[in-house]
Amino acid sequence: MNEKPSTIWVLGDDIDTDIIIPTQYLALPTIEAMKPYAFSPLREDLASNVQEGDVLVAGKNFGCGSSREQAPEIIKALGIKAVIAKSFARIFFRNAINNGLLLIEHSDLHDVVKEGDSLTIERNQSISYNGMDYPITPLPNNLLEIIEEGGLVNAMRKRNGRKPLT
Amino acid sequence: MGKTMIEKIIEYNTKIPVKADDIVTVQVDRVMIHDIFIPFVAEKFEEMGFTNIWDTNKVVLIYDHLVPASVTDDIRHLKIGDAFATKYDLTNVHRSDGICHQLMTEAGYVKPGHVVFGTDSHTTTYGSIGAFSSGIGYTEMASILGTGTMWMKVPKTIKITINGTLPKNVSSKDVILRIIGDLGADGATYQALEFHGDTITNMSIASRMTIANMAVEAGAKCALFAPDEKTATYCNIVLNEQQKNLFGDEDAIYCKEMIYNAESFVPVMACPSQVDQIKPVKELIDIPIDQVFIGSCTNGRLEDLEAAATVLKDKTVSPYIKLIITPASRKVYEDAVKNGTMEILAKAGAIITHPGCGLCCGRTGGILSDGERVVATNNRNFLGRMGTSKVEIYLASPTVAATCAITGKITFPES
Repeated sequence: MNEKPSTIWVLGDDIDTDIIIPTQYLALPTIEAMKPYAFSPLREDLASNVQEGDVLVAGKNFGCGSSREQAPEIIKALGIKAVIAKSFARIFFRNAINNGLLLIEHSDLHDVVKEGDSLTIERNQSISYNGMDYPITPLPNNLLEIIEEGGLVNAMRKRNGRKPLT
Repeated sequence: MGKTMIEKIIEYNTKIPVKADDIVTVQVDRVMIHDIFIPFVAEKFEEMGFTNIWDTNKVVLIYDHLVPASVTDDIRHLKIGDAFATKYDLTNVHRSDGICHQLMTEAGYVKPGHVVFGTDSHTTTYGSIGAFSSGIGYTEMASILGTGTMWMKVPKTIKITINGTLPKNVSSKDVILRIIGDLGADGATYQALEFHGDTITNMSIASRMTIANMAVEAGAKCALFAPDEKTATYCNIVLNEQQKNLFGDEDAIYCKEMIYNAESFVPVMACPSQVDQIKPVKELIDIPIDQVFIGSCTNGRLEDLEAAATVLKDKTVSPYIKLIITPASRKVYEDAVKNGTMEILAKAGAIITHPGCGLCCGRTGGILSDGERVVATNNRNFLGRMGTSKVEIYLASPTVAATCAITGKITFPES
């Protein structure tokens, strides 16, 4: 596969859902309206400068905190292709899968990457960065099925005999 | 081979033998959806192509984050909630009765052994009465509304045993804060916590709720307390044979065990801006503060307001301090009025607000600005949670928080 390289944004440990999208903006009517405030308590520059296809590389426990699904939705809406972290918080992990946001757990990558560099994700196989290949653990089958259906909404539409939403 | 408490709950639910790490489909006993996420659940439910809710009696809608509205956009959520309830014949709707996690047990929706999901991370609270309960997002909630089922992995369990008597002025908040500090903010990710020991047995249901509520701050999927006579009284039931058997067996397999002497606990705080940055209050003495918040699903119950009143009786809040007190529910409010607690708090100079999430989620009722410090009894001190990102939030028990309100600085509670 010839995947495109992605520009890296580096974040720390325990990036919580209040950082990803503060509660004050959760009652805005659309994800589009919330987008400018993504990561604003920590990185005011991120939402306005992130480019389609970029990736976030973070430390442990990414997405800890509340159950707000706007967190993975907004990351996806910003055009971010994947979040690579040492570990993910449980609810965020489920929400991301259900919304088709690619998450990759990797124990070492965060320690070596530099912001602004680029990396390439070979889907469900490996990440290449700076001439090195970093293997990744594939997702379990039940989660892959949801992603393959295009998220949980489409998996349920299929169950209910409806055509998938595009 | 013995079973952990979560293994027993899931076995009763699925009627098949299970062990940790099995992926199972559970039959859901109750769901809770709060006002922030109702519009999204409603939208996803219809997008999924469902036309009926699997069991309307098992669905509870609670308006708590946005009541009363603090900005006009909030009202849209409540209107969508009402329209959704009307369209699908939902009758378990609480429009101004208090915080979801207080109401789910207080109003009798959750019983020991139930499997419950809510659109809020602090849904772990109902583990206090021996239910499995955990937070999910709105897309998964929409799929439960249509199917009544959910997939989950049976979590591994960390066994936490506490024996002995907690020192004076130490509460279950100090206990769970220390445990979170010991585990770290991700120390229990995907795992269950199971509480044992006579300190736990002697604890009120309200105190157990505080612990179960905050378990998610260590990443836990749930926090479980074996149902006992206190549970039965609180839930107004007689425990059946299955419920009596909901405890972790001696020979169950645990992934980790932690043992504490109750006497070793001291008043502590979670320091800005991570819940696992725990320090004894004695190491933080004299840090000046601007505000105190006593409330939330963590510590807004009657015993919490009574603890604050014990400290504040015949005392006055420091002149520059705003002491904001928010009862967790209408019932807590009424009970605190009836027994004189509210009078003590009001006379001391507290600002008493309507029951609800209030300041905890940073939307209303005392938000703070750059450079300000708050001592608060809720569950999160994340950056920007209660105002701007330059606010410092210290989490503490109601006793410690009330003590700080009198002096205007971080203060150790003397008897």
